[in-house]
Amino acid sequence: MALYLLYTLVPLVWLIINATKTQPALFSTSGLSFGDSFALFDNIGKTFGYNDGIFFRWLGNTLLYVVVGAGGATILATAAGYGLAKYRFPGRRGVFAVVLGAVAVPPTALAVPTFLMFSKLGLTNTPLAVIIPSLISPFGLYLIWVYAADAIPDELLEAARIDGAGELRIFLTVTLRQLVPGIITVTLFTMVQTWNNYFLPLIMLSEPKWYPLTVGLNQWSAQANGAGAQPIFNLVLTGSLLTIIPLVVAFLLMQRFWQSGLSAGSVKQ
Amino acid sequence: MSRIRNHARAAAALVLAAALAVGCSSGGGSSSAPAAATGSQDSVDAALKAGGEITYWSWTPSAKDQVAAFQKEYPNVKVNYVNAGTNKDEYTKLQNAIKAGSGAPDVAQIEYYALPQFALTDSLVDLNSYGFGSFEKDYSASTWAQVKNGNGVYGLPQDSGPMALFYNKEVFGKYGIAVPKTWAEYVDAAKKLHTADPTKYITADTGDAGFTLSMIWQAGGHPFSVDGRNVKINFGDEGTKKWTSVWNQLVEGKLLSPIAGWSDDWFRALGDGTIATLPTGAWMPGNFISSVPGGSGKWAVAPMPTYDGQKAVTAENGGSAQSVVKQSKNPALAAAFVRWLNHGGGVQPFIKSGGFPSTTADLSSPAFVDEALPYFGGQKVNQVLTQASKDVAPGWIYLPFQTYANSIYSDTVGKAYLANTGLDAGLAGWQQALVDYGNQQGFTVSAG
Repeated sequence: MALYLLYTLVPLVWLIINATKTQPALFSTSGLSFGDSFALFDNIGKTFGYNDGIFFRWLGNTLLYVVVGAGGATILATAAGYGLAKYRFPGRRGVFAVVLGAVAVPPTALAVPTFLMFSKLGLTNTPLAVIIPSLISPFGLYLIWVYAADAIPDELLEAARIDGAGELRIFLTVTLRQLVPGIITVTLFTMVQTWNNYFLPLIMLSEPKWYPLTVGLNQWSAQANGAGAQPIFNLVLTGSLLTIIPLVVAFLLMQRFWQSGLSAGSVKQ
Repeated sequence: MSRIRNHARAAAALVLAAALAVGCSSGGGSSSAPAAATGSQDSVDAALKAGGEITYWSWTPSAKDQVAAFQKEYPNVKVNYVNAGTNKDEYTKLQNAIKAGSGAPDVAQIEYYALPQFALTDSLVDLNSYGFGSFEKDYSASTWAQVKNGNGVYGLPQDSGPMALFYNKEVFGKYGIAVPKTWAEYVDAAKKLHTADPTKYITADTGDAGFTLSMIWQAGGHPFSVDGRNVKINFGDEGTKKWTSVWNQLVEGKLLSPIAGWSDDWFRALGDGTIATLPTGAWMPGNFISSVPGGSGKWAVAPMPTYDGQKAVTAENGGSAQSVVKQSKNPALAAAFVRWLNHGGGVQPFIKSGGFPSTTADLSSPAFVDEALPYFGGQKVNQVLTQASKDVAPGWIYLPFQTYANSIYSDTVGKAYLANTGLDAGLAGWQQALVDYGNQQGFTVSAG
């Protein structure tokens, strides 16, 4: 356990410490000690100012992709997962097989074919090229499905139907409330996935003005390579630190639900 | 920023004057017969007059200033400058856009090693169709050779990287090491230094495909031969063996620093003497000056060590050209921009940013050659570097799938570096993987 903690926390500590150093101090001091000056705020200022404030734009792009992409993915996964769990219709098994198969396919493998398809539609190099593929989360769907099958007793739905509620109303008023832990879990999951999405935007977007933070920071990092290199490690580190803060906050806020969501169905009651 | 722009404008004026002067003095033309498909520059001039809009992909630091200077000179042309990523990121996007049939830029920066694969897939415009073949005499032989593919000219060279040996004078002096003239002396120096101070290494090399190929090139190796779609790969040839027999001693003797190139550690190690030499391209001084302040006054440049200590010989490492992409809706205008970039007003801003040019006029101009650089203790480093550009071994070619080749280098040769074992087995593994891949891709590839 202690080893595990060390393994997970050391990189984070390293990142925090090094984000407080100037570029020359990065080159002249060891990784786990503070530099001679505390330059964190200066670095943050520079990060937001570099390249005409492009970092701010990347942050905005990432938020857009996460809110629309992960938000949409959660809504779709919730509706579809519930439908598959609680309604009997022909072809349900087929859908089940397809979804399970889709969970197994790494998204990276689909990036290039998706690019070619989107190119035909004229969508490449637009935010939609990143958002549309993010809307589909087979894993999220599967999770809600399993969760809904356990969390929503059929008797509850039947009682609602006898009271004269329509299917949509049942979903919105009865089901959603029951599914909250599962929904939060999927939200968190798709959010992390979209926030850290790298390969898809890298392939889809050619203009820096649409980059999310991941691709943008990598481009900054690549500046340190080769002829005419302009290393800005201090800004890359500070930018990375700023990039993970919102994720950490989201995790801390939603942790309670996350845990109860994970243990759902693990114990027979 | 306005200062830079003024610089660029002044520089542009200078270059224009210089270009005119060169144009006047070189009436003879080159003796080599240009390819059959020669057009003239009239259509390019006309396109420039007519104006229009083009997109330019590049990641060089000087691109922004160059585009600004170009727009000033030709207000009727709009250049959308996009940094689409550094080297392989850009190539991936370019490859995808070409495959998709849309979304590619009009002009792209492409490194010499990646040019053949784009040229071979017919993705680039042969600039002979605009009469650019006549520019041959204006570029160093080693760079011109790299933009040519068969008879076609698929870009104009911008930066080049004839290799030289950068070494830390202070460290050499402290341990009584003489500047090595031969690779054998280099290995001795490596042993002497590391024995005297185990924290110091002669150089850092964790395995880099570009460096490996350049070193084989310098040793006289020709591991690749390409004839249309027929490819031969042989990492068992004499030149390759020459290089591995030297480098194996460093790898197996753990005489190479394990610091990865271009990391923050690496820049630090260059500054504090941990890494004592760097056999690398002529574009390195700019990087020293901007990113290794700690090494100021300590570094110097010498010609590359050779195998026999007799005749100076070196290779190119890095460097890139600007090419017109076939997908361009306005190739003549794109060609005009390329011509301006690398055969006109774009050259000076590039040199100002610390780049090493490919144009013979600049490689021989006294202002450039005899410049004493304070960082290098006042040494006129360009004297060594421009001489190196004349000493590049001829006849080198890259694979028509070099970017893929470089991407799998660490899975094969890279392992030898980690295990401190000889490189030959790794090279054989690389060769096998490349033969298999090439054949899958529709080439006819044979080993040996």
